[in-house]
Amino acid sequence: MALSDIIRDNINSLNYFLPELLLTGLVLLMIIADLLLKKERSPWMSIIALIGSGVVLFAIINQYELGSRSIFNNMLAVDEFSIFFKLLFLATTILVIFLSIASVELSGRSVGEYFTLLMILTLGLFLMASATHMITIFIAIELVSIISFALVTYLKTRRRSSEAGLKYAIYGAFSSGLMLYGISILYGLTGTLNIYEIGEVLAGRDTNSLALLISVLLIMAGFGYKIASVPFHFWSPDVYEGAPTPITAFLSIGPKAAGFAVIIRFFNVALSNYDGVAEQWLALSNINWPQIIAVIAAATMTLGNLVAIAQDNVKRLLAYSSIAHAGYALLGVVVLSSQGVYATLFYLVVYYFMNLGAFFVVIIFQDIIGSEKIDDFKGLASRAPIPAIAMGVFLFSLTGLPPTAGFIGKFYLFAALIKAGPEFYWLAIVGLLNSVVALYYYARILKAMFFDKISEGVSPEPLKISPYYVTLLAVLGIPTILVGLYWAPLANLASHSVHFLPTF
Amino acid sequence: MSNVLSWITFLPIIGALLIMFVPKSNKSLVKIIAALFTGLQLVLAIWIYMNFDQSTSQIQFREQYHWIPSFNIEYFMGIDGLSVPMVLLTAFLSFICIFASWKIDKSVKGYFAMFLLLDTGMMGVFCSLDFFLFYIFWEVMLLPMYFLIGIWGSPSRVEANGAVRGGPYAAIKFFLYTLFGSIFMLIAMLVLYFNVQDPVTGGHTFNMLHLMDQANHSGVLLNFDLRLWLYAALFLGFAIKVPVFPFHTWLPDAHVEAPTAVSVILAGVLLKMGTYGLLRISFPILPDAMRWHYFAYGLAILGLINILYGAFCAMAQKDLKKLVAYSSISHMGIVLLGMSGLTAMGMNGAVMQMFNHGTGTAMLFLLVGVIYDRAHHRQIDGFGGLAVRMPIYAAVVAIAFFAGLGLPGFSSFISEAFSFLGAFGSEMFDLRLITIISTFGIIITAAYFLWTFQRMFLGELNPKYAELPEINGRELFTLIPVAVLVVLLGVYPAPLLNLMQSSLNELVEVVKTAGPSSSTLLGLF
Repeated sequence: MALSDIIRDNINSLNYFLPELLLTGLVLLMIIADLLLKKERSPWMSIIALIGSGVVLFAIINQYELGSRSIFNNMLAVDEFSIFFKLLFLATTILVIFLSIASVELSGRSVGEYFTLLMILTLGLFLMASATHMITIFIAIELVSIISFALVTYLKTRRRSSEAGLKYAIYGAFSSGLMLYGISILYGLTGTLNIYEIGEVLAGRDTNSLALLISVLLIMAGFGYKIASVPFHFWSPDVYEGAPTPITAFLSIGPKAAGFAVIIRFFNVALSNYDGVAEQWLALSNINWPQIIAVIAAATMTLGNLVAIAQDNVKRLLAYSSIAHAGYALLGVVVLSSQGVYATLFYLVVYYFMNLGAFFVVIIFQDIIGSEKIDDFKGLASRAPIPAIAMGVFLFSLTGLPPTAGFIGKFYLFAALIKAGPEFYWLAIVGLLNSVVALYYYARILKAMFFDKISEGVSPEPLKISPYYVTLLAVLGIPTILVGLYWAPLANLASHSVHFLPTF
Repeated sequence: MSNVLSWITFLPIIGALLIMFVPKSNKSLVKIIAALFTGLQLVLAIWIYMNFDQSTSQIQFREQYHWIPSFNIEYFMGIDGLSVPMVLLTAFLSFICIFASWKIDKSVKGYFAMFLLLDTGMMGVFCSLDFFLFYIFWEVMLLPMYFLIGIWGSPSRVEANGAVRGGPYAAIKFFLYTLFGSIFMLIAMLVLYFNVQDPVTGGHTFNMLHLMDQANHSGVLLNFDLRLWLYAALFLGFAIKVPVFPFHTWLPDAHVEAPTAVSVILAGVLLKMGTYGLLRISFPILPDAMRWHYFAYGLAILGLINILYGAFCAMAQKDLKKLVAYSSISHMGIVLLGMSGLTAMGMNGAVMQMFNHGTGTAMLFLLVGVIYDRAHHRQIDGFGGLAVRMPIYAAVVAIAFFAGLGLPGFSSFISEAFSFLGAFGSEMFDLRLITIISTFGIIITAAYFLWTFQRMFLGELNPKYAELPEINGRELFTLIPVAVLVVLLGVYPAPLLNLMQSSLNELVEVVKTAGPSSSTLLGLF
């Protein structure tokens, strides 16, 4: 390709890159604004962030009309799939901004750089969702990781926070190294880093399957780290526990969902062939990666759930539960069908509501009673009925019980598995048995809140819950129930978003 | 009255929502709303009874709408002779139980809202004909039940051996057991869905009537016909609910720790869902598996075990409520035995037994509640000579006990006789020996009921209870309607029998004749 063509393509691409450009502009604006507003701990930073997010939101929705195309010389893709994820990330960011405003935990620190970092993190997530080149994938993942390290350690004075950040950074560096090594092997095998070309080369000729297997496993280390799947999950409980809770909530959804975007795109484009008639991908014949992912999924949810049983700290318990949920969401990847991808997307949206909701209730109680221990949650239902009932809704949804959104999410995942045939029945049984285990530990929180008496020495006075909290709870809780009763609109959105370049 | 089934199902929820807006201090208004809405539900149930065409086995009061078109999930409600008795039972017991809960004092709003939500779940299970919808209702019931047992049941206590027991323990045990069962049901449901095609649209469907089309079912899994696996998975889900031995261990805990009204609902309605599920889903959708002799004999033998084991356990109990709980296990065994022979008589007996056990055990639990409210314990040996002090109470207990042991003239005599005779006379399977052994259960049942009556009511009056007040008007108001039904249906069972007969006879025919013959199934071996 001539240089002028490359430049022309880059310039033409700018129009498709508008949300990311706006986000970059917003970050720059916030850095300057922070300098000017430094003295006062004003709410202006969050307001700027929110308004900026709103503008970006319009730019993203506008992308639906521009149509799908590959931009910057096949470095990034703008398609329904990436738009879906960008919407999800932006929704996460907006909600986390609201949570952060309310959080007492963060009140001692300057919020300027906090919100700025959050927006950079969002930019990284956007790039992860659309990256179609191993280098952009790597850069996007690194951008997300490095900003995450900074945000996790944001409470400098809290020991656990710093410790969490350090662990996170070490694990991150390690898994990035592994992933880079895997990418280099893949480059050696195929002579290209563009995932479409990798797919073509691998489909076209027989490559050494052992080398391919090693490279895929190494790359999976990088991806697995992002979604916290076994055996790359070790960082997550410590990080989730140590980080400021709004950041924990963010990490449990944003980077995780982005990890799924990358995994689905990479595996389905580079390592499978699409059969348009059956709406089904076929894994490359010389590497049975669906089985590898199936085993990872089973191990992830089982380990996450079993370890969660033993936790006494609600935040840590939710950390393990979110490991388990990554395992569930992987079920949709295993089956290699549009239905599977669709189920995963649906699940991520549902997970957004219920998981953010559960973390938000933890934030509320942490602010009021100053503890995250299950034992200190005793009798809270009588002292603060609204957050307690909301917690009930979120936890039942996380368990996957009707009539909540969580059930529908799981239903689609298991439907995709069963549809894929008897070879995955075992995985369905493992997955469903896991929800029984999950019920057991979620119910421990409910038991403490609803069944147990208030501990001695704790005043039974009702707790004041501000209307701001109640509104946010409603924003998260009402969809959690509504989607469980009528989910056709969300189902349409998800089935629309299965389309990614260049297969359709 | 179109949409009567939607109304009867969702009326309680409307009541529950109204209750949310009642100020906390106004406890009596909450109770009145609950009574009003369950009362309306009962009126609708009676209306359905009057307008139900007993001569046909067709689905009636049908409502069918698209719900989630992309997955072909329908809102499909309808009832036939199998569901109507259960609808009546649910409405009747729910209404009675509101009054049995009148003395609830702890977070009244929450209790009645949960109770009404439970009511909707139960009614929905019996009215839905779309498997997905059925499953939703089935699961929706778990949440209120969990809270009802956990919050309003007996408080946590530490037993002598260090184990923690009480309401919260029983609640989570019930929840985990049932959820464990229903995940297998979910898998079976999905496998059925992907096997079956809607004859009109060609898409997959959860419609139970389409699921019955045997042409859809094929496939082999691990050397066994897929239908056998499906039957086994569904059976596991339903068996835990019944509960069939050895899945019964949640029952004594849940029944004993729950508040009186919730025990009544648990034993009176929830247990029936297991057998209802077998008859509504397993039998007609997978008749070949049911006819497979291993499963048929297995069902009969499990029935036998339930009958004898439940009866022996009941005899060994010191706690009156536990005794009643184990008697439920024993009586539900008769239902299993009755249906296993695939005869019209046995099937009618089984469904009648479901209804009659519902009323009979409701009386027993209500009566346990009466004495517990007064004496604050339930130890059978802790009483004595109560008949002197509480003659009316003793008389009602006598009716309930006689009904429980199946004395002629009481409703359960007829249903038990039908069940045993039906199983004995089975043409497809030789269940004679199993039936004969099972009938010993009746003798044991008579023994423990009479022995209990003797210990509690006859002999010297325990001086501790010389001042025990007689049963009061509210309690009699909850008991007398049930007692009337128990005696009436014992003397003249036709109203109940006619209601179900045509549907159940049809069901037996369907199971006996539908689909490829058994030999194709057995050809695998």
